Formats: sequence, C-alpha cells, structure tokens
Amino acid sequence: MKTLLLSLFFTRPTRWGETIPPSARIASGSAVFLSLALLFYFAFSRLEYGWGWSAVFAYREKFLRGWLTTVAISTAALVLSLAVGLAAALARRSGFLPARYLARLFTETLRGTPLLVQILVFFYVVADAFGVGNRYVVGTLTLSLFAGAYIGEILRAGIENVSESQWDSARAVGLTPSQIYRYIVFPQVVRRSLPPLAGQFASLIKDSSLLSVIAVSEFTLSAQEVNAYTFSTLESYLPLALGYLVLTLPISLWSRTLEKRFHYAT
Amino acid sequence: MQLSLRGISQTFGTQRVLDEIGLEISDFHALVVIGPSGGGKSTLLRILAGLLVPDRGEMEINGRPVVFSEERLREYRRNLGTVFQSFNLFPHLTALENVTLPLEKVHGYGRKEAVAHAREVLARFRLEEHAFKRPGELSGGQQQRVAIARAVAVKPRFLLMDEPTSALDPEMTSEVLEVIETLRAEGRDLILVTHHMGFARHIGDHCVFLADGRIRASGPPGDLFLHPSDPLLQRFLSRVLRY
Repeated sequence: MKTLLLSLFFTRPTRWGETIPPSARIASGSAVFLSLALLFYFAFSRLEYGWGWSAVFAYREKFLRGWLTTVAISTAALVLSLAVGLAAALARRSGFLPARYLARLFTETLRGTPLLVQILVFFYVVADAFGVGNRYVVGTLTLSLFAGAYIGEILRAGIENVSESQWDSARAVGLTPSQIYRYIVFPQVVRRSLPPLAGQFASLIKDSSLLSVIAVSEFTLSAQEVNAYTFSTLESYLPLALGYLVLTLPISLWSRTLEKRFHYAT
Repeated sequence: MQLSLRGISQTFGTQRVLDEIGLEISDFHALVVIGPSGGGKSTLLRILAGLLVPDRGEMEINGRPVVFSEERLREYRRNLGTVFQSFNLFPHLTALENVTLPLEKVHGYGRKEAVAHAREVLARFRLEEHAFKRPGELSGGQQQRVAIARAVAVKPRFLLMDEPTSALDPEMTSEVLEVIETLRAEGRDLILVTHHMGFARHIGDHCVFLADGRIRASGPPGDLFLHPSDPLLQRFLSRVLRY
C-alpha cells in the first residue's frame, strides 16, 4: 500500500532517463489540479461579488476584434523583431565599430528600460517629430524593437556557440563567409535558439497589452473598455487571461517539443 | 609533390610558435610531421592549409607560390583536403550532406551529380550504410572516415591531416590509419601530423621533427628514427618509444 502510494507521487531518474507511468501521471496531475481548484474555489466563494456575465457577453464581438488585433500586431511584430534581432546580432559581431557600438547601445537601452516608457516616448516624441500618427504602426514598431533587443542577444549567443572548429572546417572546405553563415552557422543557430525564441514570442504577445496606453484597441484595451461600460471587472479580465493563454500555451508546448527534437549530440 | 618554406614565423601574443621555418623538399608523396605538443606542429599545418596567415615568410607548393590574401587563400583551400583532430563534420548535416555540401557550393556540382559522387566515395570508405546518419550517431572513427571522405571527394591536390586519430581509441585509430594507408597506396600526396611513430615511419617518405618552433631534423624517416643526430629528437624518441 505504502509503495503503491509512493509510486503514484514520486519518480526517480534512472540512467536511461525518466519514465513516468500513466497511473502516476494521472494521480499526481489531478492532485495538483484539484488542490489548486480548491484554493481558487475557496477564494472566489469568499468573494461577495454579483456576477454579471450577460452584460459582458453583449460585448463579445468587441473582445473578438481586440483579440484579433492582438494576434495581428503580435504576428507582425514577431516577423519584424526577428529582422531587428538578426541585424543587432550581426552588428554586434561586425568589424565596423560604429555598428557594433550602436547595436550594444540599442540592446542595453531597450532591455534596461520599461516597455511602457519606450511606447510613450516613441509614440509621443519620436513618431510625432517625424509626423507619423498611426498608433498601430508605431506600436508594432516599438514592440518589434523591444523584442528585437532580446532576440538579438538570443541569436548572438547562438552564433557564438557555434564552435571555432566549425568555422575552421567550413573555411577549410572553401566556403565563403556568407556561405558559412548560410549553410553552417544559421542552421545550427536556429535549432539551438528555437526554444528561447519561442519563449520570447510568448512574452511578446503578452507585452503587446501595453500598447493599450497609446489607445491601440487591442485585446487588453477592449477588456478595459468593457469593464468601464459594464463595471464587471472580473468578467472583463478573466476572458482576457484566457485569450492570452490560448495564444501563449501552444507556443510554450511547441518549444518543448522542439527542445526534445533538436537535442542531438554535437 | 614539392614544398618549400622560407622564413615562416608566427607569434601568438609574446610566444613565438614558429621561428623562421625553412624547408626545401622536392619529390615526396607523404610528409610526416612529428614533435612534442606545443612545438608548433598544428600551427604549421594551419599555415599549410591556408587557414592562418603567418606573420612572415614565404611558401611554395608544387612550384607555385602561395599568396597570403584571404581571397587567394580561399581559392587555395578549395583544392586541398584538410582533416582536423576532431569535430570536422557539421553536426546538423548527415554524413552524405557533409560530403555533398562542398561539392555543390564550392565546386559547382549539380545536386544529382554531387549525391552520386558522394555516395560513390562513401561506399569506397565502406560508409554507405551510414550515409543518412548525423555525426552524433556515428562513432569517432566513422566520423573521421567521413571527414576523410569529404576531403577526398573534392579531388584535392593533396591531403592535410592534423593528428586525425588523436581523439580516438586504439581500435578506431587503426580503422582510420588503414584508410590513410589506402590513400597513400593509391598514390595520393599527403602531409600528416601524427604521434604514431610506427605509422609515421611506415607511411612517410619524408619526416620533419618540429620542436620549440624550429625544424630540428628533416629527412627520410628511417634515418631520423635510427640515427637521430639532434639531441632534442633523441630525447623525444627515447620518450615516445619507451612504452
């Protein structure tokens, strides 16, 4: 009896890795789920709150439009941030010193300051000075620069992890520097950087919520507005959490499988 | 082949790794470089392979001077087959792709041609069953054989090998040495850095002893091994041949 209980809740790594039997998966998994559910059930049951889902439900289309805007902005920023990150990573390795220093300054500044401030400065100061008034464009660009600073560091680490002997071998067979990047370095960088990149993309989706401060009517702003119209705070924000989770969870699961797939010895 | 080195010098920081290397050998097929670790063997081989530009000196191979500019060196490297101690292969590519990549991207083969030629070469080294494996799935000896296959596939002017067996266990070592011996028997020119003295003597028709960044002895391996005149070489041989 005791060993049965132990086997349901404990696992011991062996030399061949870990295999968790289905019974233990189900028992341990549901134990966690049930206790958390209980905790939140208790918390919510203590809440004296008049739930008013119907008022919020009337705004379902607004939610959907906001959610789709978030998806669109995130997708655009994802592509752009990759380009920004790649440029930053290459500039950091460049022999042209101004490019290298610019990339360093860019990386340190954007990673070291709050995104909120960046959004406000880029929209109200920089974009305004250049006569760009489209908040969706400015918002997406700011988000791309911000995420690009992180992605640049991920890619730089990936490039530096390609060993010196790989460069030697590639040069020895007569490849040109651009061919070495294309056929030897980047394929290895992509494989190794995909898991951290996926994590960065999940962050980017959540970070897009800050664009609400410059009145980009994405998902978060929609929820804020619905809350203002209906005074149903939880009913407005709980769907918001769910809407982000629907986007970030698949990315996180996908990065897990990638990690496993590219886990070949080098 | 013919090799001539004049005043080749290389300094790393404050350390002089190669000190005015001068060498004139004509008409050899297998040059073996021996010497203690840190004596400059690998540095010399990197210069011969066109991967490192020496601080000073001139180099001439088969009557043609080697021009030390990156552009010309790349051209020069294309026609060599270089094999390092280890980690020669690109880990994200299969054995076959490792061989076809230089054929396609450097030597202008079409995809089909490259694959056909690569499979032929792999088969010659008894590696056909491993063609679709990644380096991580191959043993150290198999990896080195694929690396040699890749080097040979481009029909190089000569082969350069830097201790190709130093990272291998004895069984894999003999499997790789066998391959090198076959290449030699086929009449392929090669320059080999090795610490297998028996093999050096067996395969080389010229031997160079490099220590402290200088060439201390040079000549047919038999002479060098049986009648070492240089005191450093005497000491080196007595050490490596003791066990």
